[in-house]
Formats: sequence, C-alpha cells, structure tokens
Amino acid sequence: MFAINPFAALAASISPGVMQAYVVVMIVLVAAGTLFDIIHKGSAKYFFSSWRKPQKKKEVGAGELVAIGVKTAVVDVLASGEFCNAKRRVAHLLTMYGFVLHVVATVVMVFDFSADSMWAHLWWIGGLMLLAGGYWFWFFIRVDVAAEGSSRFRVMHADLFILSLLASVTLALIWAWLQARGSGAAMIVFALYVIATTVLFAGVPWSKFAHMFFKPAAAFEKRVSEANGTVQNLPTLTRDDPEQRERHSMELLRDAPMDMGLGIKREAPRHY
Amino acid sequence: MPTFVYMTRCDGCGHCVDICPSDIMHIDKTYRRAYNIEPSMCWECYSCVKACPQNAIDMRGYADFAPLGHSVRVQRDEQKGTIAWKIKFRNGTEKNFLSPITTKPWGQAIPKLADVPAPSKEMRDSQLLYNEPKWIRMDDGGLHTLEAAGLTLKKGVYY
Repeated sequence: MFAINPFAALAASISPGVMQAYVVVMIVLVAAGTLFDIIHKGSAKYFFSSWRKPQKKKEVGAGELVAIGVKTAVVDVLASGEFCNAKRRVAHLLTMYGFVLHVVATVVMVFDFSADSMWAHLWWIGGLMLLAGGYWFWFFIRVDVAAEGSSRFRVMHADLFILSLLASVTLALIWAWLQARGSGAAMIVFALYVIATTVLFAGVPWSKFAHMFFKPAAAFEKRVSEANGTVQNLPTLTRDDPEQRERHSMELLRDAPMDMGLGIKREAPRHY
Repeated sequence: MPTFVYMTRCDGCGHCVDICPSDIMHIDKTYRRAYNIEPSMCWECYSCVKACPQNAIDMRGYADFAPLGHSVRVQRDEQKGTIAWKIKFRNGTEKNFLSPITTKPWGQAIPKLADVPAPSKEMRDSQLLYNEPKWIRMDDGGLHTLEAAGLTLKKGVYY
C-alpha cells in the first residue's frame, strides 16, 4: 500500500488531465490569494514603511543584507527559530516539513504516474508527519487550549487553515488506504478530500495560509532592524559590552557568570 | 498607562496570560493573539511587557502626563541576568539604564527557610524585616551610600 501511487489507480475513474488541471488551478489560487491578501491587509505597505523608519542608526550594506537573508532562511524559516516554545517549534517543524513532502510528492505523482515508489513513501511519511504535528498542535499546544483553557473542540474563523489542512491530509491518507483495500467507500472519501483541499487552497485570503510568505519577510525585517539599530525602539545596552559592566548599577554582577541560565522560562506557562 | 499588544509581533505564546497578576491579558478569540481585555484594570506592573519573548507588548501613556512621542521600552534578559530600560522623552532626549535582576544563576540560591534558625525575640521586635540587614549590607561595612561609592546626587532636573 505504501509503495503504490494512489493517483495512478485513480486514473481509471478520473482522467489524468483533470487531475493535473486541478493541481495547476490550486497553485494559481494560492498565488492569487496571497497577492490579494497582501493588497487587502496592506502587509507589504507595512513592511516597507517599517523598513524606511527614519531613526535607523547605521546603514546596512548589501553584503550584510545577504548575510541576514541567509540567516533568516536557515534559522527562522528552515528551523522555525522564531518560536519561543519548544513544543510549538517541534510541532511546527513536523507540520511544515510534512506539508512540503506531502505536497511535492502529490504533484510528482499526479504528473508522473510511473514515478519511483520513493515518492509514494514520501507522500505517506509527509502526511503522517503533518498529522502528528498538526493534531498535537490542535489538541494540546494551541494557545486557547494551553493558556486559556478553552475546549479542544471549539472552532472559529482563525482555524480555517489548520482544520482544512488536517482534514485534507487525513482524508487523503484514509482515501489511499481504502482504495488500496478496494473498498467502495474510497470514492466518497476522495470527494471529501477534494472539498477539503479546495477549501485549503482557495481559502488563502481568509485563512492563515499566506503566513508562509509574509512570516519570513517579517523575520527578515526584524533582523534588519537589529542590524540598523532601530530594534523596534528597544533598549540596546547589554552586559556583553565591557563598558556597561563597569556601570555603578552593575556592581553586583561584576563577578557573576555571563550565562545565568533560565529564570521564569524554566517553566512552561500553565495559567489555569 | 495600560498595556497594549502589537498584533503583528505577538505569536500567541501565552506568557503574558500566565504572568498577568490582574488576569487581564487574554487571547483574542478571533485572531488568537494576546490583548488587554480591560485596560482600566491594568496595574501598569510591566510584568507582561518584560515576560513577552517577542517584545510585542508596550505601554500606552496617558496623554496628560506622557504625551506625544515619548516611549518607555524594556528588555529583560534572563540569561544575562539584566534588565535594560530605554526612556525617550518627547524632546528627543534618550536615557538608557541597565540593572541586575539576579546576582546568582537562576534557581541555584533558593533560600531553605526550614533550615534557618527561628528569629530571636529581639529580631521579632525590630523594625527591620527578615534578612534586611544582610540585603542592605549593614553587616558589610555599614550602609552603602552614594558617598561611599564616590558619587554625588545632583539637585534638580538635569539631562
């Protein structure tokens, strides 16, 4: 079952051309939805207005910008470095890489029915990774559940992205499993899978889907603000500076180690 | 001066919800980001501002006493054991402060009060609080004053 391309078996009832056209339409919907989202929310305007903040203390050169770009890509994008909560970071990494593997494998298998069985394995592995990270997030570490004590089953508009994502991949895996067993219910589950997937990709303007494009931009802008000295107007004095260690106010820390460990962050918030 | 949240910086981690002593920092039901549900009940204790890992919370000064263009920003760095303040006056003057928030690595100097001898009658009757002579360093050559540190206090408002 795990080595079979589920879309190749589906070609008996749905023409490959229709499947490929559907994938192309979904890609177009994501691009159009993201552009609409950027214009509607004014996020690009906000990005560039904070970019040109007048209080910057030094100019950041092109070389430094490239270095910041690489650091943003490696730390903030590839390793989800902006999360301060380790559980949320692991859940995000599982969901993100699971999604990438699953989507890439889907596209490859839809456009090439004779693709290597490795792609079918990746499709399953990616889907299961996504489900592990996604359901962990949804039931246990989502902030309304973890910090507010709200019901795990309370659904609201902000959940459109995560719920359609989980529904799409859950139904995809169930459909592939039923189809491999030759069950008659496979086509019903497949229809639900297509509906969930369409909601996921067509709902970009109303969901959090576009965060995968604007979050890296925000992380990049934050790093640039640290480099050019604006730092969101935050204080910049630190103990790393030998001059600051000599301040009268720092007398009691003169012989203390530079790493004092974690204080309140030793414990995860458990509010209720 | 109640707090407010920059929604674009908040990542909804819930630290402010956990730490607010007034229990007025909550998660918005639509956007899943933190917000102050009742600014008039804010004690201005700055706990959430200091605890926010994304520095997404700021104070909104009342217009009568902190008008136009001032800012008070804080950065609590637990690993370095310091807190830094940046005060911007509305005339552009900027003041920066750096102070310790601990003098020993966190969690390694928790007082074991059960092992401490009970206070004597003389200590109970004293005006001084528990350990106060030690903390104000009375037992280390007397009070540490500005004079003893070679500093002087200037009179009046100065920049």
